[in-house]
Amino acid sequence: MKLVKNAAGRLVPTEINGKKVIPFKGVNKYKPTGNKYGAPIKSCSDYPLDGNKVAKNLCEALKKAGLKNGMTISTHHHLRNGDILTNILFDTINSMGVKNIRWFPSASFPVHEHLIQYLEDGTIHHIEGSMNGPLGKYTSEGKMKGTGVLRSHGGRYQSIQDGDVHVNIAVIAAPTADPLGNATGDRGKSACGLLGFALADSEYADNVIVVTDNLIPFPCSPWQIQGNNVDHVVEVDSLGDPAKIVSGTTQVTKSPDRLLIAEYVADFLEHSGILKDGFSFQAGAGGTNLAFALYLKEKMIKKNIKARFIRGGSTKYLVEMLEEDLTDYILDGQTFDLEGVRSMRENSGHLNTSPFTSYNFHGKGNFASMIDAVVLGATEVDINFNANVVTHSDGYLLHGIGGWQNCMFGKTVILAIPSFRDRIPVIVDEVTTLVAPGELVDVIVTERGIAINPKRKDLLKAVEGSGLPIKTIKEIYKEVNEICGGKPAKPKVNKDEVVAIIKWVDGTVIDSVFKVEK
Amino acid sequence: MAKSTAGQQGSKVRSDCYIEITSKRIGGIKLEFKSKVDVMYGESIRTTILDMCKFFELKHVNILVEDYGALPTTLMARFEMAVKRLNPKMEKEYLPDFNKKNKYTTVKDKLRRSRLYLPGNEPKFYPNAGLHKPDGVILDLEDSVAPPEKDSAQLIVRNALRAIDFYGSERMVRINQLPQGLDDLKYIVPHNIHVILIPKVETAEQIKEVDAEVQRLRKLHKIKNDIFFMPIIESALGVINAYEIATASNNNCALAIGLEDYTADIGTQRTNEGKESFFARASLVNAAKAAGIQAIDTVFSDVNDMDALRESVLEAKGLGFEGKGCIHPRQIQVVHEAFAPTEVEITKAQKIVAAFEDAKSKGLGVVSIGSKMIDAPVVKRAINTLKIVEKIK
Repeated sequence: MKLVKNAAGRLVPTEINGKKVIPFKGVNKYKPTGNKYGAPIKSCSDYPLDGNKVAKNLCEALKKAGLKNGMTISTHHHLRNGDILTNILFDTINSMGVKNIRWFPSASFPVHEHLIQYLEDGTIHHIEGSMNGPLGKYTSEGKMKGTGVLRSHGGRYQSIQDGDVHVNIAVIAAPTADPLGNATGDRGKSACGLLGFALADSEYADNVIVVTDNLIPFPCSPWQIQGNNVDHVVEVDSLGDPAKIVSGTTQVTKSPDRLLIAEYVADFLEHSGILKDGFSFQAGAGGTNLAFALYLKEKMIKKNIKARFIRGGSTKYLVEMLEEDLTDYILDGQTFDLEGVRSMRENSGHLNTSPFTSYNFHGKGNFASMIDAVVLGATEVDINFNANVVTHSDGYLLHGIGGWQNCMFGKTVILAIPSFRDRIPVIVDEVTTLVAPGELVDVIVTERGIAINPKRKDLLKAVEGSGLPIKTIKEIYKEVNEICGGKPAKPKVNKDEVVAIIKWVDGTVIDSVFKVEK
Repeated sequence: MAKSTAGQQGSKVRSDCYIEITSKRIGGIKLEFKSKVDVMYGESIRTTILDMCKFFELKHVNILVEDYGALPTTLMARFEMAVKRLNPKMEKEYLPDFNKKNKYTTVKDKLRRSRLYLPGNEPKFYPNAGLHKPDGVILDLEDSVAPPEKDSAQLIVRNALRAIDFYGSERMVRINQLPQGLDDLKYIVPHNIHVILIPKVETAEQIKEVDAEVQRLRKLHKIKNDIFFMPIIESALGVINAYEIATASNNNCALAIGLEDYTADIGTQRTNEGKESFFARASLVNAAKAAGIQAIDTVFSDVNDMDALRESVLEAKGLGFEGKGCIHPRQIQVVHEAFAPTEVEITKAQKIVAAFEDAKSKGLGVVSIGSKMIDAPVVKRAINTLKIVEKIK
């Protein structure tokens, strides 16, 4: 495989799975021209006039959709680790004898370990989405037939919209739907919140199949997915395991070290002046992030500050802030617990967003860049603030990108991370995989201190004399190496074998993941 | 073929390791090694193990290492333990380098508002303990360590004292109840220990025994820094003898009370109200103050109830205590806030001290603010308050 050095100095291929790809050119440097992809024109006269598109079963719907070898099938991760449907889908495809599918999920979860057998037997050719846990291990060891492609949530929307990925059949899990195909995620026994990840597929795929375990008479309201974009509807007994789709209660971390990090993040927002009336922030549902939101909430109450909006994976903690009038809005991209789902149904301040509104880089603006402070995690950060979220320091793929890359365009990007995990340094000399360029990362908050990117002179000045433990990233790096017993060795990888590529938000290739040598 | 084991094993273990050594007559050293950090530190771990084999003169052994991300100092302690369990006569010590950040010393009247207990045989808690800024960290060899692991904890604690940075917290170890505790001293005295907590003290004689052994070890290892003692009173007899205990050594810096054992000893149970221990606590404060040392309160064990902790500290402060034991890092800040003099107290103290200085400079025998005369003890208390403020800074 021929590799070239991209603008970030990383080795990347120019062709993947038989298709040309463009190496990363720098932040905001690549601007494609031309028109967006156009989905085929359909006529309503080809669809039942009574609006009843219900097929007998998934197999029949797939047949009607013209399933054949080599097609691209998309699924979405709003059922998270409770997703049974995707596994059933590939059981069905396999039983139909179809091969070489490009699976295009918005993310994968440990439950999808079930699909390794289909990667083995050729049902699935390769995955373009996220490769977590067992799938990550499988890919990293070079066992997948094609090359994996990892995209951010925004990058996924962009790739469909721009025609980089042509989806033949989209299969959308719908906790509630009507026979026309109108669908919502905010109610039903498998309620998951919103269906935003499936928006692009519903708009652009050749064929759209809605699968529901709660079929109700027309109209299904609200319709997060519009039935007018849907070809077939399938009713099943169960989409998945409700306990794993959303958690009953989201837990805040009890780890004293993570709580310390969370407290530092909240303190940082206060001392840097970011915390002020009408501000906005984003916090995910990870334990540290939840704790950060709680510390921030205390400060907001004390200083009588109200946010204009909070972006998030929504949880009961954000819902409480909305209900206690500490924010005007929640802009929800993914709903993590039952309280989040309830609030989405009941509260007009709890808004549905999608990768299009929040993240799409080839759109006329997006929400991500409008946020005052974004708090994210990372698997590694290096002394030049470059960050990794997909591989572990041992070279193995571990996580998908999610909205992480897209959030890098927030006004102040904060990575809240431990400086090492057990004996594994998180602050390193050079990231194993480059997923976000250091120029976009503003602040690293660890239990050992806070490092501010030297280019953010404003922040450095703002926190002068604040008493916060401000250090340089090199100081933290040095301290971590001393604790862990020297500089960690790099993983042994085969630089001739790219097992996956990492796309930047504009569709260019920012880095490669190489086969791990055991 | 004799076999020994050390360390911890299982899927939930982290930042620790498990070692198995089997001795044999021939065949050299065979090392079997599994580690979650193999890629990053596998080479370094292998080198350390082989170096230790050489140091302890192991020639024909099978070694199994299951590593869950143990830091080097932990790995060394676990391996040394396995060696010593295999060969109890082995007296050599494989010491990690002494971290130069650990050379700081302490003073007798240092602030001791919070002391964070760390279980002696759980090295995973060590590297970050000091980040939470307790006034002191206590590496505990006593109640938190199961009897069969007492020997392991000695080595873990010894290595931690040498290698782990506690970020300026006072370095304390709670030894075992005497006479077992006397054996603990050789693992801590040579490694810049600041304060030794002596549990279940009932007589002055016990303090003298510890003092004698500490002085012997200091001389032997040419230790120059001060080592202070904090006897813990945990019985009815201890309470009766509190003053003798407090004055048994010039190296005593504080008296602490342990209420779980005390309430058991007098045949009752701890209540939130604490009537049952009022006599003991008041006696202890009185004895400590009479001896000119600090009085330190028991631990607060409900880690989820910060309001109750704050109340408890304010009550302890009211009785004359100057410190509280913590079993979770999140308690530290609450304890510090509650022990800190309030704004009102500080302002009042500043006024009194200013008046005192003024009177002194004018050669007046009487201190007064406005028309109000200020007694000498009031001045003393104000000076103390400002001293605490100064130390907190």
